[in-house]
Amino acid sequence: MLELQNVSVIIDNKKILDNINLKFDETKFYCITGPNGSGKSTLAKVIMGIIKPTKGKIIYNGIDITKKDINKRAQIGISFAFQQPITFKGITVFDLLNFASEKILSKKEACLILSKVGLCALEYIDRVVDNSLSGGELKRIEIASIIARNPKVAIFDEPEAGIDLWSFQNLNNIFKDLEKNNQGITIVISHQERILQIADEIILLNDGIVVKKGNINDVVDLIDNKKCCKQVNYE
Amino acid sequence: MNKTEEMLKFIDASDYQKSDAYNIRSNGKLVDRKVSPYINIETKNDKNGINVYIKDDTKFGIVHIPVIITKSGLKDVVYNDFYIGKNANVIILAGCGIHNDLHKDSEHDGIHRFFLSENAKVKYVEKHYGEGKGSGKKTLNPVTEIYMKPNSSMTIDSSQFKGVDDTLRVTKAYLDNNTTLTINEKIFTNNSQNAKSEFLVELNGENASTKITSRSIATEDSYQEFKSNIIGNNKCYAHVSCDAIIKDNGKVLAIPEIFAKNVDANLIHEASIGKIAGDQLIKLMTLGLSKKEAEEAIIKGFLK
Ligand SMILES: Nc1ncnc2c1ncn2[C@@H]1O[C@H](COP(=O)(O)OP(=O)(O)OP(=O)(O)O)[C@@H](O)[C@H]1O
Ligand SMILES: [Mg+2]
Repeated sequence: MLELQNVSVIIDNKKILDNINLKFDETKFYCITGPNGSGKSTLAKVIMGIIKPTKGKIIYNGIDITKKDINKRAQIGISFAFQQPITFKGITVFDLLNFASEKILSKKEACLILSKVGLCALEYIDRVVDNSLSGGELKRIEIASIIARNPKVAIFDEPEAGIDLWSFQNLNNIFKDLEKNNQGITIVISHQERILQIADEIILLNDGIVVKKGNINDVVDLIDNKKCCKQVNYE
Repeated sequence: MNKTEEMLKFIDASDYQKSDAYNIRSNGKLVDRKVSPYINIETKNDKNGINVYIKDDTKFGIVHIPVIITKSGLKDVVYNDFYIGKNANVIILAGCGIHNDLHKDSEHDGIHRFFLSENAKVKYVEKHYGEGKGSGKKTLNPVTEIYMKPNSSMTIDSSQFKGVDDTLRVTKAYLDNNTTLTINEKIFTNNSQNAKSEFLVELNGENASTKITSRSIATEDSYQEFKSNIIGNNKCYAHVSCDAIIKDNGKVLAIPEIFAKNVDANLIHEASIGKIAGDQLIKLMTLGLSKKEAEEAIIKGFLK
């Protein structure tokens, strides 16, 4: 179980996250949603250790990991797919998947992972992870790097952004697979109704506060525009 | 393995004997040479060095000309000229390894001139390496001059990764119609090394083009300088990019100069210098790498 206790993040006197209390259970699929700037990515980065909370604790399987570095959290099974994938100079897709994987991957194994995210593997495996790849391609490679880790806690930050509808169903299968195979926790940040629909629990954030937890019916009324969840009505 | 063989290995020249032609120079003297019906190598009469003649229409020839210095205090200056025939296509592998265990300074200055005939195609690969525990400096000052006739093309890959205390690398090129010159340079410096690189490219012919890419990493107390001067005298294209990572106390100075003297000249210079990008480090750390491992991976990729 992953637990956030009274987590606050304050940057330049601005409360980005305000006293967040959440529990995530194994074998469950969570969806975090909320308007732009509500603190979703910040929350994910706090779990990964990229941002250290100003206040509060993060407990994973009974251990306080609040002070653990990013790579130490990665080693205990936490992983995070960036909203904006990072590009490199000279590091190839194959290199990246190999860094991600615990064991040394053969080209064949790496290709298999790429095909899961719908990329024709041989065309991409030796490409450099830079801006010569399209936005959607980079996004898929980012997701592939998480699959290669076999994580126990997988966090995806708007994974569907920039991915064509045609591949969308595959994406949902990837989340389901990860959750089943690893008996782990899957957390997806999303505005997409079709992702919200498959979630076991939806967490609605606004202004750094958890407004609501529940299933799609519980949160749907709070969301003005169902398609993109841009507006939240609550008193 | 003796010292010479070991140094050959460091500049990737171990299997020189497989080449069509070669010339091995060690401590200022010729130690081995092979020529082929298409490739001739002759010792110069008036000064140190060789003339390499590639016959017209030579297809896929490989020439190896490594230089090794293992004697402390030796200053070796050589003049090598390459005459590339029409339609010839060759790979020329050069490099210099210096081993200096003593306190005297060792230096190798190679002055290479390339004369490319019409339609000639050359790939020139140069590796530099220095080592040794002595206080004696290891200095390399290569000069490369390139004269390109119409429709010829040349690619230069040069790298210097370790152990050379002082380098001044000068490259000058004169391009005629429809010629292409591509230069990829990679430099890694540490300690208090100095590496300077200067390019002068004159695009004289119509549709002459050049692409120069420099990737360098300056660590510890080292200093690097990148100077380029591109002159467009015709309808031509140039793209120069200098990309440097600095670490510790490393310093990098980039001086771009592009001079368009023709309204159809299209000249671009990009330069960026900075430390390793924080978000790249963070991404690799989220994949389980320590900060140090992540840095090494980024540097390795950058210089690949
Ligand atoms: N380092 C920072 N300095 C200042 N403000 C920051 C910083 N990081 C985040 N913020 C602010 O915190 C708020 C939450 O940002 P966050 O990226 O978590 O939002 P989000 O919910 O992921 O939004 P989106 O849907 O657009 O991705 C924003 O208003 C943002 O501008
Ligand atoms: Mg976000």
